[in-house]
Amino acid sequence: MAKSNKPLVWGLFAAGGTLTAFVTPVLVYVTLMAAYGDPPAALDYENIQAFAANWLGKLALFVVISLSLWFAAHRLRTALHGLGLRADTAIAVAGYGISAVGTVLAAYYLVQI
Amino acid sequence: MSDLQLELEILRYDPEQDQEPRFQTYSVPCQEEWVVLDAINYVKDHIDSTLSYRWSCHMAVCGSCGMMIDGEPKLACKAFVRDYVNKTVRIEPLANFPIERDLVSVLDDFMNKLRRVKPYLIRKEEKPLSEGEYRQTPAELNKYKQYTLCINCLCCYAACPQYALIPEFIGPAALTMAHRYNQDSRDQGRAQREEETASHEGVWDCAFADACSLVCPKHVDPASALQQMKITSTVDWYLEHLGMGGKKS
Amino acid sequence: MSRRPYVRRISTTTWYLKKKRDLVHMIQELTSLFVGIYGILLLWGVKALSEGPEAYGAFLEALTGPLSLAFHWVAFPLVLYHAISWFNVTHKAMPIQRGEEFLPGKYIVGAHYVVWIGFSLVVLFVAGVF
Ligand code: FES
Repeated sequence: MAKSNKPLVWGLFAAGGTLTAFVTPVLVYVTLMAAYGDPPAALDYENIQAFAANWLGKLALFVVISLSLWFAAHRLRTALHGLGLRADTAIAVAGYGISAVGTVLAAYYLVQI
Repeated sequence: MSDLQLELEILRYDPEQDQEPRFQTYSVPCQEEWVVLDAINYVKDHIDSTLSYRWSCHMAVCGSCGMMIDGEPKLACKAFVRDYVNKTVRIEPLANFPIERDLVSVLDDFMNKLRRVKPYLIRKEEKPLSEGEYRQTPAELNKYKQYTLCINCLCCYAACPQYALIPEFIGPAALTMAHRYNQDSRDQGRAQREEETASHEGVWDCAFADACSLVCPKHVDPASALQQMKITSTVDWYLEHLGMGGKKS
Repeated sequence: MSRRPYVRRISTTTWYLKKKRDLVHMIQELTSLFVGIYGILLLWGVKALSEGPEAYGAFLEALTGPLSLAFHWVAFPLVLYHAISWFNVTHKAMPIQRGEEFLPGKYIVGAHYVVWIGFSLVVLFVAGVF
C-alpha cells in the first residue's frame, strides 16, 4: 500500500487549527467592533499601516491568512465527505487551490504595503 | 427474588429464515447488581434458547461481549441493568459490522486489518541470545502500556463515524495496536508499519471525532494514539521528501 | 448451516443527525468554514490596506454592512467553539512524559487556555479596546 501524501496538507491543517484557535476569536471580536462602526484605535489607517509596514507585522498577517485558508480547506474536505459529497478530488482541488491562490495574494499585497 | 424488571428489545437475525433482522422483546426479572449480560443469559437459559451471542469472561477481559446497548457500543458484562430501569433497552450487534446471527457480528474485516499492521515486535537484527534479554525501563514501558490494555472488543469501530463511512479505513483498535509497537523501545518496525498505517486507509482516514476514546471500556484512548501517529507520519513524510532519509524506526 | 451475513446500511448524508456525539463533531468541523471565510475577510482587508487610505476606509465602511454584521455574530461563537474544542484535545495529540509518568492532560489543556486568554487580552489592550 502506497504511503499517502496527506502529510503535506495535514501539517498545514494542524498548524492552522492551532494558530486560528489562538488568534481568530479575538480578531473576530475586534472586527465585530468595527462592524458596529466603532473600530478600536489599532484599526485606524495610520496604526494598521504601520503594523503591516513592519516585516514582523507582515509575517504575522501572512501566516494567519494563509494558515486559516489551509486549515479550513482541509477540514471542510472531511466535513463535506461526511455530509455525503463524494467528489473528493474536485473538493480537494478547489479548496487547496483557493488556499494556494490566497497565500500568493496575501504575500503580494503585503509586500506592497 | 427479582429486584427490577427489564424490557429487552433484542435484535434477532437468522440467516436461514430471515430476510432481514427483526426485534424481539423479552421481559427479564433482574437482580439489582446484574449486568446486561446476566439479563441476556437469563433469556438464553429461561426464555429463548435460540438466542445467539458471544461472551466468555464476564469480567471485561476477553472482549467478546461488545454490543450496542441502548444505541451505544458497550461490553454487556460491564453495563449495569440498574442504569436502564423503566425503559425498553435495545440490544443490537455492534454497529458497522455485518450481522452473522442475532447479536453475533462478523469480525473478519478487523482481523485482516490487524494482521496488516504487523502487531508484534520487529527487529532489524535479532541480537544473539548470549547478549541477554531486551531490557526496558519503567518509563519506556509506560510509553505504550495504556495501548496494551485493548481487548479487541471493537466498540471503537462501532462508534467510529469514519469507519461507518469508509469501510476500508484500518480503524481505531488496529492502528492503536500498531502505535503500541511503534512506541515500544525494543521495536524497530515503524517504517514497515507505515506502509499500511501512513497510507490513505491508515491514520489519514481518521477525522479525530474522538468517539472511539469516549466508548472504549478499557480507556485505551485510540484517538490519542492515532493523532500521535499522524504527527509522527507527517514528520517522517517531510523528512523523507526533504531527502533526509527519514526512515528512522 | 449457511452463512448469509446481513449488512446494515447507513445514510451517507444524514448519519450525523442520529447521534448527538456525531452531530457535535460535525458542527466542530463546520466551524472551520467560518475560520476560512474570516481568512478571506482578512485578505480583503490587507488588499484594501495595500491600496491606500481611501480603499482602506471603504473596507472599514463595508464592514459595517448588514452582511458583515450578521457574519460576525454567527462567526464569533463558532470560532470560539473551534478554539475550545481544539484546545480540549491537545493533550491527546501531544502527551508529555516526564520521567515515568505522563503529565495529566488537564495541565496541557490548561496551559493552552492560559496562553490563549493572555494573548487575547494583550491583543485587545494593544488594539486599544481598553
Ligand atoms: S464477557 Fe468478556 S469482556 Fe464481556
